[in-house]
Amino acid sequence: MSGEAKKAPYRVPIGPNHPALKEPVMFTFEMEGEVVKDVDFAPGQTHRGIEWMGMRRNPVQIVHLTDRICGICGVVHSLSFCLAVEQIAGIDVPERADYIRTIVHEFERIQSHLLWAGVAAHELGFDSLLHLTWRVREEAMDVIENLTGNRVNYGIVQVGGVRRDIVPEQHAAIEKCLATYEGLLDTLLSFFLDDRTIRMRCRDVGVLSHREALELCTVGPTARASGVNVDLRQDYPYAAYGDLDVKAVLPDRYLGETHGDVYDRIVVRLLEIGESCRIIRQCLSEMPAGPVTAEEKLVKLLATCKKATGEGIGRVEAPRGECLHYVRMEGKDSPASWKVKASSYSNLMSWIPMLRGSQIADIPIIVASIDPCLSCTDRVAIVQDSRRSILTKEDLHRLSVEKTRRLQG
Amino acid sequence: MKEGTLTPEEVMAHLSSRLSGGIRDSSIRRWEQGRKRVPHFTLWVDLDREFLKPAIMALMEIQFPHLSVIAGADLGDAIRLLYIFSVQYGSPKSEYMVTFGIELPKTDLTVPTISDLIPGAVFSEREKQEFFGIRVVGIPDGRRLFLPEDFPEGVFPWRKDETGVPEGMVRDLWKSKRPQNRPAPPVEEKRPGPEGEETAPAVPPAGGSAREGEK
Repeated sequence: MSGEAKKAPYRVPIGPNHPALKEPVMFTFEMEGEVVKDVDFAPGQTHRGIEWMGMRRNPVQIVHLTDRICGICGVVHSLSFCLAVEQIAGIDVPERADYIRTIVHEFERIQSHLLWAGVAAHELGFDSLLHLTWRVREEAMDVIENLTGNRVNYGIVQVGGVRRDIVPEQHAAIEKCLATYEGLLDTLLSFFLDDRTIRMRCRDVGVLSHREALELCTVGPTARASGVNVDLRQDYPYAAYGDLDVKAVLPDRYLGETHGDVYDRIVVRLLEIGESCRIIRQCLSEMPAGPVTAEEKLVKLLATCKKATGEGIGRVEAPRGECLHYVRMEGKDSPASWKVKASSYSNLMSWIPMLRGSQIADIPIIVASIDPCLSCTDRVAIVQDSRRSILTKEDLHRLSVEKTRRLQG
Repeated sequence: MKEGTLTPEEVMAHLSSRLSGGIRDSSIRRWEQGRKRVPHFTLWVDLDREFLKPAIMALMEIQFPHLSVIAGADLGDAIRLLYIFSVQYGSPKSEYMVTFGIELPKTDLTVPTISDLIPGAVFSEREKQEFFGIRVVGIPDGRRLFLPEDFPEGVFPWRKDETGVPEGMVRDLWKSKRPQNRPAPPVEEKRPGPEGEETAPAVPPAGGSAREGEK
């Protein structure tokens, strides 16, 4: 290698396909040896113009579009959109629908957090744990399928309520699933938190301070792991959460201290699975009887929406944090303006302080630690001045696994 | 400031006292759900443009506000920007959303950056620049965010006037084909077979992975 090629820092573009999750985002790392000096990223590799499409459709059609914004969060986008439209049109959702929305919402959180836990274990080279978490995740997927008819793109939420009721025959399946998770949670916690290797790879890695979390508008588990007490289910009640007693899961309540690192993000997500089970159980036992939608006839519903004028904001606590939809209606079929703010939108900026100063082998787990939701991976190029080499996702993953093995000695 | 949690009316009164004359219109909207009908509140405040930053500073006296997003709408002769904040997070059932709406006439589409107060705002400001064609004065990073590099200049997807996405751009999308002027891949593509016959295309297959149904 020539002397020039060795000159630091190196500019390392990673992407536009993603090293950790199968999500496209373009990273540029300034590297000095193994250490990340600075980082920049460019999202938008799969911008589909959904808002533009929505502004040419009516609210009932948009609900099905919102279902497809994300494959993991199938309910949060449709729920936020419906909350916004309901507030503009003054549609009062029946209480029973609020409870059904909450139950599906919480099952979604369970499966999303378990999926994330598996990805995190995989990035660390702990594939037996990946297989365990993804196997048990299937139980939540089965219940979601039982309740909504689909594993993804649930199509359960509609403006004014939900499209399917939960009947007593379904309670047994839900109960069985909850019992499984409640029995498994301690095991999962000890697998993740008492494991010496996971602790070595995650403790004080990818740290986001409390102040940075606030200044960068961070949301959800990423913010809570940095000690920011935010959870819309606790702070800003929607659906049935006003009736429940939800408390934000913060790492210091469990461990007595907050580091704001990858480890704390694991703690928060795992504990939230237990919290979700508790919420679902409470919802099932307190669910009021009655209709599940304010207006069954779609034509009437559309007529109501068409007359509506004004602005509304729907906001829910998605598995990854606050999801917000802003809708402006001007008495026409389609909204005059629609802005979707997904939870990862608020969390991407936090990558910069997290990744600065970290090692190249830690990039996959740090990037994954905020549970980003963008979309598919292919390869990574390393550019050292004029010399170029390719690091595939598999190479990056191998580097991460090798670091784990090195630490294990 | 009063200790403890404030009522929505107190938050509004605090804003009014700090922004005398700058508030064009304001309302507090209440929405109830669930069996116990526990309400949540949204404070809608329309401001003159120059009062945007003082308004955010007034919010900061209550708590460091969480900026959700800057939303917007094309009103015809003006662009309405809506800065959506929330305060009093962390206190159960008493967080309020506070939205600051400002109007930028199309003859002067400039707005000062708020990233000096809230560094994370630059993300949303970059998006508003490319989607509405406004200019955020003093923005520390004015690059595009979501739109691709080869997206035409002067086309702003959320505008409803002649600068919006032209009809042909959507209708004739099929004509665009695969871009021809892409830079060469960083290394030679692997070519299977000893004869070196070209089988795989130089570009990776678009979209889709084994797990696309999941994500």
